[in-house]
This record gives sequence, structure tokens and C-alpha cells, in this order.
Amino acid sequence: MEDIAIIGVGMHRFGRTDGVSGQAQGAHAVREALKDAGVTWDQIGIAYGGSQDGGNADALSNHLGLTGLPFVNVANGCATGGSALASVVAALRSGMTDIGVAVGFDKHPRGAFNPKPADWGLEDWYGETGLMLTTQFFALKTQRYMHEHGVSEDALVRVAQRAFRNGALTPHAWRQRELSYEEIADSMPVNLPLRKYMFCNPAEGGAALVLCRASEAHRYTDHPVLVRAAVMRTRHHGSFEVFSPSLAAEAAPAPTVTASRAAYEEAGVGPEDINVIQLQDTDSGSEIIHLAENGFCEHGEQEHLLRQGETDIDGRLPVNTDGGCLANGEPVGASGLRQVIEVCLQLRQQAGARQVPGAPRLGYTHVYGAPGVSAVTILEAP
Amino acid sequence: MNSHATVHHATQHLLRSSEKGLVLLGSRCQACAEHYFPSADSCTRCAATDMLACELGARGVLWSWTVQAFQPKSPYNGGEAAEDFQPYGVGYIEMPSGIKVESRLTVADPARLRIGMPMHLVEADYGGGADTVLRTFAFAPSNPAKESI
Repeated sequence: MEDIAIIGVGMHRFGRTDGVSGQAQGAHAVREALKDAGVTWDQIGIAYGGSQDGGNADALSNHLGLTGLPFVNVANGCATGGSALASVVAALRSGMTDIGVAVGFDKHPRGAFNPKPADWGLEDWYGETGLMLTTQFFALKTQRYMHEHGVSEDALVRVAQRAFRNGALTPHAWRQRELSYEEIADSMPVNLPLRKYMFCNPAEGGAALVLCRASEAHRYTDHPVLVRAAVMRTRHHGSFEVFSPSLAAEAAPAPTVTASRAAYEEAGVGPEDINVIQLQDTDSGSEIIHLAENGFCEHGEQEHLLRQGETDIDGRLPVNTDGGCLANGEPVGASGLRQVIEVCLQLRQQAGARQVPGAPRLGYTHVYGAPGVSAVTILEAP
Repeated sequence: MNSHATVHHATQHLLRSSEKGLVLLGSRCQACAEHYFPSADSCTRCAATDMLACELGARGVLWSWTVQAFQPKSPYNGGEAAEDFQPYGVGYIEMPSGIKVESRLTVADPARLRIGMPMHLVEADYGGGADTVLRTFAFAPSNPAKESI
């Protein structure tokens, strides 16, 4: 299979940018990525992108130029960015065009998401009676996981502490203040066992990538990052997913597990080969579950790894080096591509104060979200 | 409760009340015997479409729990003023067939909730409407004397 490379990355800062629309933030990210790749918008032969609350991605052409390119809107929730990336990779491999763009952006209202039951195939009572909250789901899943695998609240605190510590090293992070153990452990309960500083917030921002066939990449850049795998998978019957009025008697592996295995197979590597990691951390509990589901440790081993500093920037398994969703917020459409960009910067050794030492060669990104989707990429240094 | 108030029971169609008491309704796949709550038209396990209504029972054990500490936005319809909002428990109850049913709990005190405790089905009112009583199913601890501190 033809190798595909990322030749440009660009972001609009995550967080809150009053007065700038989600689409304008997406367009900004594309311009930054084009600049990084040294190409212009009229050279782009295909674009895939999306947002959840920021409108249609193809409307970015109104900002960037109406060049007539095929621009496909992607609406895959948290996996929007990962799906856009996988689609651009497939399009470039097919030979239909030479350079493609994947873009995600968003602008969510403040506070928790307020979904409509009918959009999810659910009856109104599920929402009316106060059961349709993503934060509840994360708490229920985390509570059960901690019970089954002997993980304590200490691990939940340590995940958040590391996220904000890394955020403080990241110039473009939304949250740049380090938080003490006590501040996190004593913060307001939101949905126990999860507290205020263990949850990320819906936010705003944009992220974009420019890609081409690896054989052409050196025409544009000295530091192309190879896409060794870009995989998206959906849930099986029996997996524990958000907005589930009931769960099946017999549990099935999460979509993360199937996406992860497929990605390792496509790349021909294993978790032991990965040097820098991005995991979906909508909340502390999710990151803990995802560490094991992506093969980086055994179930129940996370607390020990966290206490030993193994997931720190200078540890054996550096996780969420830019502070992840906890420190950057979650603009749903853009979040998966933010992960890819952070890993690209790490592999290009341009991550400044948060640079993983020892010239990381392989990086890994993972998103997971409603209604049971996961996208995984494996990336290789120039 | 205000006796003049009208009752809005959002989940009446999910319950059956008989001389045996209250039971939760669902459906069962005729091909592979998988249970569903609420009842489903097709089976996501084996893709069959031959489903039969069934009773899921009234008793189970607490499989996981949390406490909803902040007042949800829409589509929650509790309608209470922000200062009147009371946190409520939410959990999954493992029923005899093995299906886990998500439900409000009648208890919101973390000290009174533990995984594995026996629970039973009740009807409970929620929210703060003066003219309309909002009612739904919920699960309550089965041994209140034993589990209370």
C-alpha cells in the first residue's frame, strides 16, 4: 500500500475565542497547515472535515477560496477528525489526487452537552428524567471499572494532575495552570467518582492537516510524518456505551479495542514500540480505561504506572504531552486532529519544553466517543 | 404532594402493575434470547427482527452508580429552580436475566450506595413543578434498615 505523509499541521488555539466563529477558526487552522506545508489552497485536490456545533466544513471554502475542490462533510462525533484523516489517506492512496486536507473545528456552548433523545434513537423519557448526560456515563463506566480492576481515586487525581502539569508546558493549551493534588482531590463532585478537575470542558478551536503521498513529500517539507495506520471502528453488541438505557448481559470489547488492534496490524507494530501517546481523556477515568484498552498496560496496572511517573513526559509511556482534552478542552470536531498535531510536533522534535526526550520514532493517537466510535492513528517520525 | 396536581408519568409504558406488584417491561429476541430495555424492534446481537414483549422483573443488584450533582440542562424537564435542585442517584441494576437497566435511584448519598447491593423497582416523583407531578420508575435499596448508617 502506498505510504501517506503529513506535510503540514495547523491549529487555531483551543479554548474560548469570543467573536470568532467556529468556521473562521477552522479556516485559520487550514491556512496555518498550508503555510507549514508550503502549499496554497488551490493545490488541494480533496478535503474532508467536520464539526459538531460549528456548521458545515465545506463552508470553509467561503473563507479559503472557491476552487471547486471536492469537500466532504464528516459528522462522526468525537471521531470526526480521525474519520476525516482516514478518508484523506484513502483518497490519496487511490490516486484520485495529489494533496489533501483533513480539518476539524468546533464552537460549543458553555456547560455540558444537551443532546436530543430522538437524534440518538431514544424515547423522550430518557432525557426528561435526567439520564441523558455524558458525564453520568463516564462516571458509571469509571465506577464499575475501578470496582472490577481495583483502581482507586488516587489514580483519577494523578491523571488530572499530569494533564494540567503538561498543559502548563504547552504555550497553546487552554488551561496552563498546574493544579495541586489536593485542589483536584477536593474539587466539587460532578458525577462521583469524578470531580470538577477530572472532566474536560466542551470548548472551541480548529485543527488541520495537509497530506500527500510519502514519495512526493520531500518536495514540500524536510520533516514529513508517515501515517502508518489510520483506522476508525464502531461498537459491537455488548460494549458499554454512552446513552444506553440498558447494557447487554454479556460484555463485549469496546470499539477502542477493535480500532487499536486493527491499527497495530496495519502498521505492523505493537504497543511496546510506541514512544509517545495521545489518549482520549474526556475525564480521568476514561484515560485510565484507554491506557489498557489500547494495549499499553494490563487492566488494573494503571495506578502503579501513574504513581511511578511512567506516563509523564520523561517516562516510559508519555501520555497526553500537551495536557490532552483536560488541559485543552474538547471542541469535538477538532479534538482528534489536535492529538495528531501534538504527536507530529513530538516526532518532528518541535515540542519545546514538553518535548519527549530521546527522539521518539513512533507515535499513537486515540479518540473515543458517542455513540461508540473510536479512531486510532500510528505515526512515524521523519 | 399537591392533590390537585396532574401527574405526568413519563415511563408508564415501560411498567406493568399487577397483584404481584410492579414489574419492568422489555423485549426478548426469539432467535437468540437476548433481552432488551426498553423493548426493541430488532436484535443488535444476532440481527433477527422477531421480538416478543417480556417482563424483566422488579429485583436486581446495583451494578454501578453515580450521583448527579449538578442540575442537567434540557432535555431534563425537572423544572425546579436552581437553588431547589437536589442531587439524585443514577445506576445500572443487574436484573435476573443479566441485562443491566439504567435508572434513577431513590438514594443519593454515596455512603449508602455500594456495588452488589440488592435493589427493587419503585415509582418515584422528581423535579419541582407545583402543578404537575413528574413521575418515573426508579430503584430503591431493598434493605433500608440494614444499609442505612
